[in-house]
Amino acid sequence: MLTIFFDGFAYGMVLFVLACGLSVTLGLMNFINLAHGAFAMAGGYLTVVLMNRFGVSFYLCLPAGFLASAVLGGVLERTLYARLYTKSHLDQVLFSIGLVFMAVSAIDFFMGAQQQLITLPPSLQGRVDVFGISVGVYRLFVIAICLVLALVLQLILSKTRFGSQLRAAVDDARVARGLGINVNLIFTFTFAFGSGLAGLGGVLGAEILGMDPTFPLKFMIYFLVVISVGGTTTLSGPFLASILLGMADVAGKYYVPTIGSFIIYTIMVVVLIVRPQGLFGRVNAR
Amino acid sequence: MSALLAYFKPDTSTASGTLLAPARWRPLEILFWLFALSLFWLAPSKVLLLNEIAILALFALSLDLILGYAGIVSLGHAAFFGLGAYVAGLLGKHGLHDPIAGLLIAGAVAALLGFVTSFLVLRGTDLTKLMVTLGVALILRELANKFSNITGGADGLTGVTMGPVLGLFEFDIFGKTAYAYSLAVLFILFYIARRLVNSPYGLLLRAIKGNALRTGAMGIPTDLRLVTIYTIAAAYAGIAGALLAQTTQFVSLDVLEFHRSADVMLVLVLGGSGQLWGAVIGAIAFKFMYDWLADITPQYWLFWVGLVLVLTVLFGRGGLIGFYQTGRDWLARRFKTGGAQ
Repeated sequence: MLTIFFDGFAYGMVLFVLACGLSVTLGLMNFINLAHGAFAMAGGYLTVVLMNRFGVSFYLCLPAGFLASAVLGGVLERTLYARLYTKSHLDQVLFSIGLVFMAVSAIDFFMGAQQQLITLPPSLQGRVDVFGISVGVYRLFVIAICLVLALVLQLILSKTRFGSQLRAAVDDARVARGLGINVNLIFTFTFAFGSGLAGLGGVLGAEILGMDPTFPLKFMIYFLVVISVGGTTTLSGPFLASILLGMADVAGKYYVPTIGSFIIYTIMVVVLIVRPQGLFGRVNAR
Repeated sequence: MSALLAYFKPDTSTASGTLLAPARWRPLEILFWLFALSLFWLAPSKVLLLNEIAILALFALSLDLILGYAGIVSLGHAAFFGLGAYVAGLLGKHGLHDPIAGLLIAGAVAALLGFVTSFLVLRGTDLTKLMVTLGVALILRELANKFSNITGGADGLTGVTMGPVLGLFEFDIFGKTAYAYSLAVLFILFYIARRLVNSPYGLLLRAIKGNALRTGAMGIPTDLRLVTIYTIAAAYAGIAGALLAQTTQFVSLDVLEFHRSADVMLVLVLGGSGQLWGAVIGAIAFKFMYDWLADITPQYWLFWVGLVLVLTVLFGRGGLIGFYQTGRDWLARRFKTGGAQ
């Protein structure tokens, strides 16, 4: 029972790392980027290639996955995404679905359609007893990393100069420009950072979620559930939502496997009907 | 003869003439329907593909009504398509073999679902609408999967038998009756949609899309109008799904999959949204592109679909119809200045 609880917690944490980048682009920059999962997949597949073909240590893959996805995100933002900020949400949705389709078949072409597996380093395998519950070391590792990340993110957004510049740029880009803030640079940087986080989530999730070419499509739903249930005005909203979703999903699949995903979709629709701004979101005047 | 010419050249110097002009049938439109009908004899070997195109066009038409005219974004339009398909399929399997009756019932059931779920898309932002529509489609898919004793689950619903259309035309294995049937339904529903969007009600929908707040301030119950069009569009999608079920005599879970909702969006964007013809032209372009791509790269055609989607958004404003209109206006300007010289 507690083990399921714990696994769900770890699963939720991975979802949070995957989705919090999206929460930034979607909530702060008001851009519906359905291709977010593609950046996560980039990180995940990079790990698979680095570890299985070149024997790189898993610990090195973590920063590598982050950096590679961040660079990819930054380049795409400059060349393509930046043109779409002013366009309608429909255009953004279509554009990013197009990107997802391309990413899915490109990975299929280069890596094949089968699920990719990685072998964790021995130091992360096995189980330990924590307060009498047997938990996987890797799950513990994931939770630790994600908690630190969540804390750092919250601090960056609320305490640093960059954070306040970003919030200013989002609230009113024109006034922010008038104050001498380089809005474009901030957006590029933020987008790259969000994509990097997705990449990191992909690396961490490669073992827990599994990597195959349909990853961005399969988990797009989960990201969107996290964002829409958690709301996009805060980081703590998605954080709590991903933990809830992770536990509900793991517990649901364990206890009532026949209607597992059904529960999640229903919860999402109900939450959105009752509170369109999300469970933890504030009503936004904009 | 002169009366006919006067019909095609409406007097746009008056306000009422300008408002009524879009409602007039243009010669090109009439030619198109005649051509579509003639394909029945001209290309009898292609009627199966043509049937698919007609069904897809009807499905895209349905999305166009809510997306192009009323501005409701939906990522789950397949919900209505799939529901219509299953209703028609189940009716055909369990006794009601008359296609027209099946079509009407499927449309009515889909309309009912559309009516109930329309209240969900009235609230929240675009993102909320996307999520709710997507959620509804996913729930239906899960239900169809779980109740496999009724729907056949992953194996699909087989054993659908259909009687002759109007009691006269039996469905044949070459798909000739199927194409004629689908084309007739598409034409009738296209005609109704055309009347609808050119009516004051259609203008209102466009006003709501432009600015719902201001339209409401004019004393128009915007929510009620949106509920109506969502219900109508759901009925259209349900009928499209029913056509597919009846003409192929098979329903699979595929009718409720996410890619179907995404495909129909691509069709509309490719053809041009906010134009009824965009749905038809887009369906033709999409099916031929799909056929061609699936031929040269059977496994990776999705890549090219994605590329087309990205390029259309980046460069192709208004899709193929927009492209045609820009070209026509350019030619008209050239012609005019040439005539003046």
